Amino acid sequence: MSTLEIRNLHVSVETDGEGPREILRGVNLTVRKGETHAIMGPNGSGKSTLSYAIAGHPKYTVTEGSITLDGADVLAMGVDTRARAGIFLAMQYPVEVPGVSVSNFLRTSATAVRGEAPKLRLWVKEVKETMGFLEMDQAFAERGVNEGFSGGEKKRHEILQMMLLKPKIAILDETDSGLDVDALRVVSAGINAVRETGETGTLLITHYTRILRYVQPEFVHVMAGGKIVDEGGSELAATLEESGYDKYVKVGAGA
Amino acid sequence: MTTTSAETALEGLGSYRFGWADADAYAADVERGLSEAVVRGISAKKSEPSWMTDLRLKGLKLFERKPMPTWGADLSGIHFDNIKYFVRSTEKQAESWDDLPQDIKDTYDKLGIPEAEKQRLIAGVAAQYESEVVYHKIREDLEEQGVIFLDTDTGLREHPEIFKEYFGSVIPVGDNKFAALNTAVWSGGSFIYVPPGVHVEIPLQAYFRINTENMGQFERTLIIVDEGAYVHYVEGCTAPVYSSDSLHSAVVEIVVKKNARCRYTTIQNWSNNVYNLVTKRAACQEGGTMEWIDGNIGSKVTMKYPAVWLLGEHARGEVLSIAFAGEGQHQDAGAKMVHAAPRTSSQIISKSVARGGGRTSYRGLVQIHEGAHQSKSTVRCDALLVDTISRSDTYPYVDVREDDASIGHEASVSKVGEDQLFYLMSRGMAEDEAMAMIVRGFVEPIARELPMEYALELNRLIELQMEGAVG
Repeated sequence: MSTLEIRNLHVSVETDGEGPREILRGVNLTVRKGETHAIMGPNGSGKSTLSYAIAGHPKYTVTEGSITLDGADVLAMGVDTRARAGIFLAMQYPVEVPGVSVSNFLRTSATAVRGEAPKLRLWVKEVKETMGFLEMDQAFAERGVNEGFSGGEKKRHEILQMMLLKPKIAILDETDSGLDVDALRVVSAGINAVRETGETGTLLITHYTRILRYVQPEFVHVMAGGKIVDEGGSELAATLEESGYDKYVKVGAGA
Repeated sequence: MTTTSAETALEGLGSYRFGWADADAYAADVERGLSEAVVRGISAKKSEPSWMTDLRLKGLKLFERKPMPTWGADLSGIHFDNIKYFVRSTEKQAESWDDLPQDIKDTYDKLGIPEAEKQRLIAGVAAQYESEVVYHKIREDLEEQGVIFLDTDTGLREHPEIFKEYFGSVIPVGDNKFAALNTAVWSGGSFIYVPPGVHVEIPLQAYFRINTENMGQFERTLIIVDEGAYVHYVEGCTAPVYSSDSLHSAVVEIVVKKNARCRYTTIQNWSNNVYNLVTKRAACQEGGTMEWIDGNIGSKVTMKYPAVWLLGEHARGEVLSIAFAGEGQHQDAGAKMVHAAPRTSSQIISKSVARGGGRTSYRGLVQIHEGAHQSKSTVRCDALLVDTISRSDTYPYVDVREDDASIGHEASVSKVGEDQLFYLMSRGMAEDEAMAMIVRGFVEPIARELPMEYALELNRLIELQMEGAVG
């Protein structure tokens, strides 16, 4: 039973010249295997900071609180150790790694996360099938990682990695942003395929409710001002679609 | 956060992993320092014709007269009086692998040559141990085609008429101080002649290695590719660690005749105290193509600018170069393209990686002479800095005397970004593995031009350099 537990998490980010600024101010969240959680909130509420802090980006400093995965102290782990422990972050803006082919990148990642190199024949088949599922051209595997990718290609590539790496906890940072309807449908199908295995806890971070029509969360959390200010089931997403974040922004500002 | 800085990740680049050294045992040893007697002695030992002795002495005079270069890297650490100018390791060339002395065989086992032989990837091995080629083999099919592939000493003995015509014709004796020095004391190197129309299908390879403290290595290579012929010559070297400075000053002359093509690939990995000052130049006639692929990984200082003189219409020159500079290293490398005929074209692609306070410089010259109408040249140089204490400079010189020339120049300097490292590490890769992947990706456009086993060796060297830095 994989469980990610976040308790009273405070996170600061280093700013240019102005010293550290606190972004997260006491976040509590529990994600269990097989569950799907959505974190929603206005821009600047701290959603992306939460995802980076869980993955361990060096720019974000945890000043207080804890993150554990099945009881193990995630904050004591390096970025790569967290990945090998089963944490996966699908990035909103994945960077280019020029000259490194997607196929090389995927196989190196799978080798690192699985602890041994996947058997070549099975691996080639697995990659082929998963790319087919995500409606990606096979030639894609020979391109440089994120080099000249369109927004949609970047997101499909992130989901491809998630499907191949089979994480315990998958964090999807604004995966729906910048996608047209077709791409959104394909990417959502990928997320649902991973959910349906029941082996992964999913944390969807999103500004819009659009993706929630395709990927239905059991739990919805509203974030504002660096805290979770409201929680509910999928009906909360419907309410947000109608009324927006206005009332939470006031609450967040007053906190 | 346990992510360490980029500097620590790359500390491995400073340690030299192939740093073994066999016991010194020389059949013929000579004193340190340079004089007319030393030069005459080298020539006499080799029983050279008098014109070569005279040329050597002329080289000595010009070497003494010419000042040290005042540009480029710092050469003040070279002490010419403390260098052995000729060392002979065995008296006689070996006919086959079995004839080689055991310690020399051990050395080549470490370099992996027998494996390469077994795989029949190489056409002939000119293995240079010390100053003289001791092991040399040419496949029968090459001989049947009339291809000559010898060490330069033997080449001079057996083909004096070719040497008289071409030796020093591309790089004159007084071209520069180090070319003059090489002319005075040269020993070893490769001599290749490819007859008209012959395509040598497999790359010809030579492995080089120097093994004596303070021993200069002055090999001299002469390649003539006759009309419509093709050859790919590959040269690689790994050297042991020395306790004091060592000088390597080679001269490579190439003649590419009408519609011929020559590709010359070098990966050098000298130990970190070697001054590597090499003059490489090709003269390319009508419709000919010269390609230099040049990798500089080791050495303390490298100054090397492979050049192509485009002497006939539609001649084409290309330089692909890659340089790594670690702590205490300066790689001053680049290319020179001289367009002396109409409709000639050239391309320079240079990539460099600096870490640990190392320094890379790109120094290039593109000249379009008067009358070289409609010539084209493109230059692209990219530098990658792995930390904030390393340095990269670009010195592109362009001299154009025709209005209808087309010249392109692009340069970039980039840093290994925190976000790139984070991305790869968030996929489970350790920091040194992630760094090696970024560096490998950066040099990939050049690595893919290398013969397969060299590309693998380059990748392995990059991995070794990134390894074991994260505690």
